[in-house]
This record gives sequence, C-alpha cells and structure tokens, in this order.
Amino acid sequence: MFAQLTSALDFHGKALVLRAERQRVIASNIANADTPGYIARDLNFRDAMANATLAGASQGAAPSSSPPDARHIPLASLTGELGSGSSLGYAVQTQPSMDGNSVDLDRERGNFVDNAVRYESTLRFINGYSKTILSAIQGQ
Amino acid sequence: MSMFSIFGVSGSAISAQSQRLNVVASNLANADAVAGPDGKAYKARQVVFETVLMDSDASAGVKVNAIREDQSPGRKVLDPNNPSADAEGYVTHSNVNPVEEMVNMISASRSYQNNVEVMNTAKTLLLKTLQMGQ
Repeated sequence: MFAQLTSALDFHGKALVLRAERQRVIASNIANADTPGYIARDLNFRDAMANATLAGASQGAAPSSSPPDARHIPLASLTGELGSGSSLGYAVQTQPSMDGNSVDLDRERGNFVDNAVRYESTLRFINGYSKTILSAIQGQ
Repeated sequence: MSMFSIFGVSGSAISAQSQRLNVVASNLANADAVAGPDGKAYKARQVVFETVLMDSDASAGVKVNAIREDQSPGRKVLDPNNPSADAEGYVTHSNVNPVEEMVNMISASRSYQNNVEVMNTAKTLLLKTLQMGQ
C-alpha cells in the first residue's frame, strides 16, 4: 500500500539526487577555471533522468537478496542505478584559450544559478506532495 | 552525498587562489629590490595549478603543483655610483612586471569570490534540504 502512496515521490527523489550531482560538476568547473589543460564537464540531465526512470521501472519488480516479506518497503539503490558517470559529457568550448582551459566562467555561473533554482523547486514539489499525503492521512 | 563534496572542491579552489595572491603580494613587495654585486636579483614567482580528483570523476578540485621562478634576466641599469653596482657599473633590478602582477591579482580575487559564492549557495541548498517536510 505504501508503494502507491510514495511512487510519485520517486520521480522527484531521483531528480533531486541528479540535481545535486550536476551542482557538484558545475562547482568543479568553477573551481578549475584557471587550471591549464582542464576540459569543462557537464551532466546531460535529460539522458540521466531518462536512464534513472527506465532503470527504476525495470528494477521495481526485482527482489533484494533476502526473501521478500510483505511488510518490507522496496527501496531502489539510487546511486547505483543512476550511474551519473555515463551521462557525464564534455561542455562545448566557446572561446579558445592559450593554456588549454575550456571553462566558460559566465556560462558556468548561469548554469549554477539555474541548477540551484531547479533544485529548490524540486524540494518544494516534494514538500507540497508530502503535505498533501499527510493531510489525506489525517482526514482533513 | 554529492552536495557535501562541493565544500571540498570549492575549499581547495579558494586555498589555491589565496596561495596565488600570496605569490603576487611577494612579487609586488620585491619589485624594486636590487641585487648585490653577485648579480642575483629577485626573480618573479608564479604558481602552477593542477587538477586533483577528489573522490569520483565528477569532483575535480585544484591544487598548487609547484611555484616556479621566472628565469628571464633582470633589468640592468647603468649606475656606477650605486654601492650595489657590479664590476661594469650596472645594477640588476628584479624581473617583476607590476602590470602583469596587478592583472594576476584581479583574476585571482574574482576566482576567489566566485568560489565563495558557490560554497554559500551549496550551504543554503543543503540547509533547505534538511528542512524538507517540515
């Protein structure tokens, strides 16, 4: 029964983990803005999200190592299946630089702010949904 | 969790940029130093940055690999009356270029500010995540 209540939260939960991953990648780019020879990376969010939801759908029926009990709540391992390494691509270089650094600091700043706002909006969606479920449980 | 490693990454960046500022300050302080009669003046120093992987492919911090001395010869000024003049009457000054050092300082301080802002934003988002559901 709990799976039906919390299944809509799975999507936002995965989105939150991926947004945190992307935040880390952008922070690494900003930290290495002066390092010679550093190539800027970025997370392809659409592909990573598609992989995560697809992996979750196919793995939802697979049982864990212990025999499944009716009272166990199935939890998917997020970091394993999200596999951010596969969607980690290279950012397109805008201006050539003499020391081989391909970080465009303005674009990274813009991406950082964009990602931070989307992270916060995902938090608000999760909050709103959990409050709705709670008020339904309390019967108001 | 991914967000926590941002503190390590940005922390390494502000540490590296502050070492760069330190080197710039040393260079500017010694810009007018002259050599003794042996001709060994102050040589300008530069930092060399290097990427260091923190825990996975996504977390790339930065560290100062080495501090190199600029080997170009110092500026020689003809001044035979100077007590530091060598046998031919030349006084060797340092090879520091103050304009270059100022540009370096501006770039280092902008990088420092950017990374401090990254840390602040990550801290705010983590605190909001802690209050989820309340």
